[in-house]
Amino acid sequence: MKHTLQQIFRSPKFVVGFSIFMAILLIVLIYPLFITDSPLKIIGQGTFFPPGIYVSAYDSLGAPKFTLNLTDAAAKRVADKLGDQERADIRDWLVADGIPETEIDIHNTEKLLEQWAQNYDPNKKIPGMTFAKQRYYQRLDESLKGLLSKEGAIIAQKNTETGALEEAEIINQTDYVNIDQVASVRVLPLGTDNFGRDVLTELVAATRTSLQIGLVAGLVATLIGLTLGLLAGYIGGTVDDIINFVTNLFIVIPSFVLLILISYSVGQESRGAFLVATVIGLTAWPWTARAVRAQVISLRNRDHVNLSKLSGHSIVHIILTDILPYIASYVIMALILQISSGILAEAGLSILGLGPKTTEVPTLGLMMNWAMIYQAHVQGRWWAYFPVLMTIALITFSMNLMNTGLDQVFNPALRD
Amino acid sequence: MANTMLEVHELTTKYVTRFREDVYAVDHVSLKVEEGKSLGIAGESGCGKSTLALSLMGYYFPPLHYMSGDILINGTNISGMKPDDVRKSILGREIAYIPQAAMNALNPTQKIIHFIEDVILEHDLYVTKKDIYERARKLFETVGLPAEVLEKYPVELSGGMKQRTVIAVSVLLLPKVLIADEPSSALDVTSQKMVIKMLKQLMEAGFISSMIFITHELPLLYNVTDDIMVMYAGQIVEKAGAQEAVFDPLHPYSKGLMGSIIVPEKGLRDVKLTAIPGVPPNLKKPPMGCRFAERCKLAKPECRVTSVPLRDAGNGRTYRCILSENELREAYAREAFQNAK
Amino acid sequence: MPSDKKICLSTSGLTKIYGFGAHRTVAVDHVDLKLYEGEVVSIVGESGSGKTTLAKMLLGLISSSEGDIYFQGVKRDISSQKKKQEYWKNIQAIFQDPFSSYNIFNKIDSVLLDCIHMRGGRNLSREKKVELMTEACSFVNLKFEELTNKYPFELSGGQMQRLMIARIFLLKPKILLADEPTSMIDACSRATILDMLMQLRKEIGMTVIFITHDIGLAYYVSDTVYIMEHGRFVEFGSADEVILQPREPYTQRLINDVPKIYEEWDLSTV
Repeated sequence: MKHTLQQIFRSPKFVVGFSIFMAILLIVLIYPLFITDSPLKIIGQGTFFPPGIYVSAYDSLGAPKFTLNLTDAAAKRVADKLGDQERADIRDWLVADGIPETEIDIHNTEKLLEQWAQNYDPNKKIPGMTFAKQRYYQRLDESLKGLLSKEGAIIAQKNTETGALEEAEIINQTDYVNIDQVASVRVLPLGTDNFGRDVLTELVAATRTSLQIGLVAGLVATLIGLTLGLLAGYIGGTVDDIINFVTNLFIVIPSFVLLILISYSVGQESRGAFLVATVIGLTAWPWTARAVRAQVISLRNRDHVNLSKLSGHSIVHIILTDILPYIASYVIMALILQISSGILAEAGLSILGLGPKTTEVPTLGLMMNWAMIYQAHVQGRWWAYFPVLMTIALITFSMNLMNTGLDQVFNPALRD
Repeated sequence: MANTMLEVHELTTKYVTRFREDVYAVDHVSLKVEEGKSLGIAGESGCGKSTLALSLMGYYFPPLHYMSGDILINGTNISGMKPDDVRKSILGREIAYIPQAAMNALNPTQKIIHFIEDVILEHDLYVTKKDIYERARKLFETVGLPAEVLEKYPVELSGGMKQRTVIAVSVLLLPKVLIADEPSSALDVTSQKMVIKMLKQLMEAGFISSMIFITHELPLLYNVTDDIMVMYAGQIVEKAGAQEAVFDPLHPYSKGLMGSIIVPEKGLRDVKLTAIPGVPPNLKKPPMGCRFAERCKLAKPECRVTSVPLRDAGNGRTYRCILSENELREAYAREAFQNAK
Repeated sequence: MPSDKKICLSTSGLTKIYGFGAHRTVAVDHVDLKLYEGEVVSIVGESGSGKTTLAKMLLGLISSSEGDIYFQGVKRDISSQKKKQEYWKNIQAIFQDPFSSYNIFNKIDSVLLDCIHMRGGRNLSREKKVELMTEACSFVNLKFEELTNKYPFELSGGQMQRLMIARIFLLKPKILLADEPTSMIDACSRATILDMLMQLRKEIGMTVIFITHDIGLAYYVSDTVYIMEHGRFVEFGSADEVILQPREPYTQRLINDVPKIYEEWDLSTV
C-alpha cells in the first residue's frame, strides 16, 4: 500500500494534476474565510463592471490631500481625453467646416483645441453626417471643456438656510490622495457580472458547488456502476443478462438527451444542486458498470477466487475481499473521470438553462448561462465567462492528468 | 578444424530497474559455437539464459545495457555497434532469434508470403517477388512445410504450424547463428517434436550454420544439442558434451538439475528425484563467493568468500567449483551409496 | 488395482457443454471415473482436452451439464452454500500457478487461519492457532515466524506452492486435486513439492488426483493413469501398464513424442 502510494507520487503526470487540483481546492476552502460576502450579493448597480480597484469618489474627497508636482500629470490627463482617434475626428469636423487642412496641426494640442472652441457649433448640420456621429461630437465637446484649465475644481456645499452653493474646498490639479487613506476601496479582480455581483467571489462559490455536484454525481454513478458490474460479472447467468440488457439500453440512449429530459420534467422549482447531481449520476453509470463487469469476469475464474470458495467463504465475502481490492485502483480511476465528466455535464445542462435553481447557489454552468444570456461574449466582457471557462478546463484537466498518471502506475503495459 | 561461427568473450550485460538498481543478469560469459554444431543452455528461471540470448544479438535497448566483453560472429566483432546498424546488417543475416512466442509476430491481416517479402526486401532491394516466392517455396519444401501455407493467413494455421513458419522465415537470409529461446515450450508434444525435427533439417540442409538452443527442459536439450551449458545466477557453472552433461555432471548444481529429470521411461519410478533446497541469490547483490554455495551440500566455508573460476576438465569440459573432478565424483558416489541403503 | 478398497469418488456420464448453437463445445464428454481411497490418480491430457474442466466439476466450482458425481457412494449434493462448505471439507485443491493462487491483499496468516476456521477451530485461543500454523509450516519446511505478517508476493514460487501444501495439511481433506502443481516451478524445486505431497498423502491417508500434461510426471507419482483426449478418457489403467505398454494409438503417440534420455527419441515419426 505504502509502496503503491510512493509509486503514484513518482508519476509526474499525477503530481502535476494533483497539485493543480489541490490548489483549486485550497482556494475554494480558504477564500471564503477572507471574503465573507454572500456570493450572490448584488453590489454593482449596472452590468459588467470591468476588473479593477474601485475607490470611493466621495471618500477620496475627505481623505487627506498630498501635493505632488508631477510634470506628466497634465499630459496624462489630456491624453486620457484626447487620443489620436479624437484628434483625427476633430480635424475631420474642422475640415468639413471649411478650414483648410494645412492649417490644422493635430499634434499641437493647444492650437487644435483653440480652433475647436472657435469653430465648433453643436447645432451646425454637416451634410452626410449621421445623427449618432453628431451626438458623438456633442459629447466630445462636453468632455473637452476645461481640459487645459490650470484651475482646480471647486467643491461646493449647499447652504442649508439659503440653499445657495458655497465654496467649500478647491481641489488643485496637484492634489493627490493615498489610496490607503481612502476609507472605502473595493478590489474587483474580475469585475462584476450582469447582475452586478463580484465575479471572483461568485466563481469561488460556483467552483465549490460544481465540485460538490461532480463528487455527488461521480459517487452515484460509480456506486451504481460498481454494484451492477460486480453482480453481473460475478453471478453471471440470468442476472448478467438482465443487467447487461439494461446497461446496453442506457448506452444506446444518448445520456445527455436523457439528462435534458429528466431535468426538464423535474421542473425548475424543485431542481436543487444535489438533485441535478443525482440525476447526472443516474445517467452516467453504464460505462462504469460495463468496465467493472469485464474486470470481474476476468477475475472470477482466477485461482485465488477458486481457493477462497474452497475455503468456504460466502459470495459477499469473496466479492468484498477477493474481487473488490483487485479492481479498486480501476474504480478510483473511473470515479475521477466520472467526477470530471459530472462537472462538465452540469455545465452543459446549465448553459441550456436546465441547471440548478438560479436563486440559491451559483455553479460554473450557471455563470456561463448568465454570461451567455446577457451577451457578455458579444460585448467583449471577457471577465464574465473566460475565468469560468478556465476553471472548468483546469479542473477537468487536472483530473484527467491524475487519471492518466494513475493508469501508468496501475497498468504496467503503459509504463515507459 | 571447423570454422568458429560465434565466439563470446567475457560478455557482461546488466538490467537497470525502475529504481535505478543494477542487475547483472549475464556475468562474464564466454562461449564458442563451431560450424555445424549446436549449443544448449540450461538453467532455472531467472538464471539469465534468456538475457544471454538477447545479449548475444548485440541489440540492446533499455532496460538491458551492454557492459563489457566481445561478441565475434564469424570473426567480426559486433559488440559496441549501434543498435540500428546491428538491426540492419546483423540481425537476420548473421544472427536469427526465435523467442518463445515467435508465432505471435505474424500479422493477422497479412498473408505469410507478404510477411516474407517484407523481411527479404528490408535486407535486399533487388529481388523480384517471383524470386522471393521461389526461394520461400524451396525452403518450405526442405523442411516439410506445404507450399500452400505461403498463401494463407496466420489464423488459418495451427500454433505449431505458425511457429514452424516463423522459424522458416527467420532463416531465409541464411544466418550464421540461430538463437532459439524456448521455441517449443508453448506447444504440445507432437508440435514440439516437429519443430525440433525442422531445426535439425535446417542445420543439415545448411540454412543455418550453427545453433544456440535455450530451454529449461533437459530431456529436450539432450536430444537437440551437441553441447550443453548450465547457467546459474548469471554465470556459466558447467559446459560439457550433451551425453556427459546429463549422465555425468560435475558441478553440484548440474548434478541436482540432472537428478530432477522426469521422463516416462522404465525405471523412473525407482529413482529418487533430487531436490535442491533454497532459492537462487538476488542478482542485485550477488554473493562474493560461489553463487551456489548457499544451496550446495558440498559447500565449504571458503566457498562463500572466494570467487571460483571456471576449471578445465579436459575434452572441452569446464566447470566452476573449488573441488577437483575426483573429489566431486567421490562425493556423488558416496551419496548414491547412502541413498541406496 | 486395489479392488478391495472403497470407492471414494466416482462419476457416471459426466458431461460439460459450453455455449450453444454454432459455438457449442463439448469440453467433457460422458466421463466415468472411479477413484479408490488412498490411491494416486493422474489425469493426463494436452491443452484443450478438458482436464481442467473435469477438475473444476469434481471440485464443485462449476456445474455439470449432464451426469452425476458420487462421493463415497452417495450422490453429491452441493445445492446450498452450507452443503458446499461441507463438501469442501472433504475435497481440496492445489492450483497450477502459485502466483495467482493467493489474494495479494491478504497476509499469509489469513490463508492458514481460514483453514483452521474451516476445520471448526474458530474459537481456539490465539496461541493454539499459532501452534497449529507453525506445525503446518514446519511440515513443508517453512518457518512460520518468518512468514507471519508477510504478503504472498514476498515468497518465491516454490515457497508459495509449499504454503499451499501447508494449507492442505491443516485442512486434512479426503481428496486432494492437484492441477499441474509443479508446472510453473523450477525443476530442482519440483522434487521437493512432489515429495511433500506424497508424504502428506501417507500421513493423512488422502486420495490424490493429479491433473497434468506431463506424462513423465504422471508416471512418476501415480498408481492409476487416465489419458484424456477431446473430453473423453481414451485409456486408463495402472501406471506401468498405460505408460510402458500403451494400447491406444493416441497414448502411443503421446508417449512416443515426449523427449527421452535413455531410449532413442525417434524424430522420423512426425
